[in-house]
Amino acid sequence: MILIVWAHPYPQHSRANRALLEAVRVLPDVEVRSLYDLYPDFDIDIEAEQEALSRASLVVWMHPMYWYSVPGMLKHWFDVVLARGWAYPDRHGGGGTALHGKSCLWVTTTGGTEEAFTAEGRHGHSFETFVTPIEQTARFCGMQWLPPMSLHGAHLVDDAAIALVRDDLVARLKSWSQNGKQSHAE
Amino acid sequence: MLSDVLIFLVAAVVFVPLAQRLKLGAVLGYLIAGVVIGPFVLGLVSNVDSIRQISDLGVVLMLFVIGLELEPKRLAEMRKTVFSAGSFQVAFSGAALGGGLLLFGLDVKAALIGGFALALSSTAIAVAMMTERNLLPTPSGQMAFGISLFQDLAAIPLLTVIPLIGVAAVAASSGGAHAAHATGWLAVAEAVGAIVSVVLLGLYAMRPLLRLIAATGLREVFTAFALLIVLGIAQLMSFVGLSAGLGAFIAGVLLASSEYRHALETDIEPFKGLLLGLFFVSVGMAGDFGLLQTHPATIAALLLGFMVLKLTTLWVVARLFGVNLRERWLFSILITQGSEFAFVLFLVARDASVLTQEWAALLTMTVALSMAVTPLLLVAYEWWAARRECAADQRPADAIDEKEARVIIAGFGRFGQIIGRLLFANGINAVVLDHDPDQIELLRRFGYKVFYGDATRLDLLHAAGADRATLLINAIDDVEDSLMLTDLVNENFPHLKMIARARNVRHYVELRKRGVRLVERELFESSVRAGRHALEAMGFDRFRARELADTFRRHNIRVTEAAVPLFGDDDKLVSAAKAGRDELAEQMARDRARFDAEHEAESQRGWH
Repeated sequence: MILIVWAHPYPQHSRANRALLEAVRVLPDVEVRSLYDLYPDFDIDIEAEQEALSRASLVVWMHPMYWYSVPGMLKHWFDVVLARGWAYPDRHGGGGTALHGKSCLWVTTTGGTEEAFTAEGRHGHSFETFVTPIEQTARFCGMQWLPPMSLHGAHLVDDAAIALVRDDLVARLKSWSQNGKQSHAE
Repeated sequence: MLSDVLIFLVAAVVFVPLAQRLKLGAVLGYLIAGVVIGPFVLGLVSNVDSIRQISDLGVVLMLFVIGLELEPKRLAEMRKTVFSAGSFQVAFSGAALGGGLLLFGLDVKAALIGGFALALSSTAIAVAMMTERNLLPTPSGQMAFGISLFQDLAAIPLLTVIPLIGVAAVAASSGGAHAAHATGWLAVAEAVGAIVSVVLLGLYAMRPLLRLIAATGLREVFTAFALLIVLGIAQLMSFVGLSAGLGAFIAGVLLASSEYRHALETDIEPFKGLLLGLFFVSVGMAGDFGLLQTHPATIAALLLGFMVLKLTTLWVVARLFGVNLRERWLFSILITQGSEFAFVLFLVARDASVLTQEWAALLTMTVALSMAVTPLLLVAYEWWAARRECAADQRPADAIDEKEARVIIAGFGRFGQIIGRLLFANGINAVVLDHDPDQIELLRRFGYKVFYGDATRLDLLHAAGADRATLLINAIDDVEDSLMLTDLVNENFPHLKMIARARNVRHYVELRKRGVRLVERELFESSVRAGRHALEAMGFDRFRARELADTFRRHNIRVTEAAVPLFGDDDKLVSAAKAGRDELAEQMARDRARFDAEHEAESQRGWH
């Protein structure tokens, strides 16, 4: 199962990110958890989230980029769901293997152009700089880090550009499902 | 009789505050008052015996109240102290004191009886001294109380043994011994029967009866019934020759887990206090001070020997049974004094000619004097301990009494229950008060510890521990009562933090005017939540609905707060409310415009 953990505070006001979500949510074997809809009071049901993660083989973190990072809700989700002794070992080194062997895909839309994400650009650093903490979060939990996908300058690009990224994402998830089924069959 | 009461009251009013002022404690004040009005100084009171009989009820009521404060569960925890430490103390102190009496030339039998009688301590004085200093809940206080409780039990077999020894000595050959034996068995059967019936009454009859009477709403009938329970049991117990106090104590323990515990305590308290005072006065009156003139040296030697032996043996008991070093002397001093049971024992021993008339009087005097010396000793100890603490420049940790709840919930209806359940689920204990007997019955069936009582009564708040609590939750549904409770708390327990439930805006304002900082309107939060769901149903994103509700709440609370000083002036209030509504509409429109500008999907500006 592919679990899409979606963090958008105002789904109705989303353009690029929602276009991506709507294309993948209809795929077979995909489950979407819209965090801001499930927990508008930030009262995350940790057990339910962990249970969904346990069933997934691929975890997709999908959200618009906020302040070079994930939206507050997804950060809170990291804080409480990826718990010690469950997602990483406890004080005595026991447990913490719940996510081992799963894969993680990061999908973001940003408000900066590719030129802005350079040492000389507005954001002063390459985009890869901002990937690091997210990537390490996944790796620390023993997940395999897949090449991330990002749609830069999402407010400037036209529908065709969005469609390009969307189709790429759909293709990747489809092939994951098929490969997953194959390896399952073996 | 009336003039006796008058004299007693005057003496109490004069001497007790005087003793308090001199930091000697109320017990000593009463004792001195007794000596002064007694036959040896002023001789104002003639019928000492009848006063003594009435005043014994003070001890009975005291034991009932102590029982009320002790739940069976805690009594079971104290079992070890009561029986092992108690029996060891009586045997050890008794043997040592008996040995001491041998040196004064008494024969073995007399020395043994005298020693055991002196080993007993006065529960009444010990508890009074501990209550004055709030020592009862401390470990050493519990230990002292447990041992004195055991001694009260031990006095009963002693009382029955003395005549047997005496009679056996006088008429061992006749059939008298056998007759005494037979009546002894009958007495045991009667005693067991009486205790069993008290237990059965306490377990099954009293609560329904109390509930019935509480439902009438007549306070004085409730008080009358409370007294009836105690005095009835006292009568039953003394009828079969048992300690009336023991019966009252058992009844108290059985009612300790009932919802009427605090109400009973509150109603009995004034009677208990006065009669206990009278009891101490009667002890003071009974002293045979003529002996001080005829046998000064003997009395002094007896008193000194008694105090030294008892203190040291108690110290050893404290050490053996795990009282910590810091509290060992305190514990020993608390129960050094001789017991009021000793008076009776000496009397019986004299009648059975185990003790001579002279020795019975001497020992009685020793015990009476020890009762006066103990409070002084405690004062001296406290002075010494305070100096030692100063010198060491370290204060002992405050005794945190986990048994005392630090939260009081007044009103346990729909509102209070939610709060209570949240607290209980997190291990926070609360004293819960409610005044609806049917409601309480229901809640108790669900396992909640709820006490019957009107929280707007000062004495009940005291009984619930308001002076020690840190938080009071005012969840009473009646507006008048809720405000009355608020005034009462402001006046008498200013340290107590309050969280209050407001029925409506007017109630909210009244509470805020009284300085209550944390006031929650009972329907506000749930209505706001329902409003959020309505926005969601109208197509708003869930998180957006929450943000809008948050804005609304903040604004609403601000406007309501602004109305507090305007209340009472309807014109100003109406215009303020109108202005508030317009302001809200305006603010939300501004907020909406800002949001739309930022998140407009169609504008192609958002990267979301």
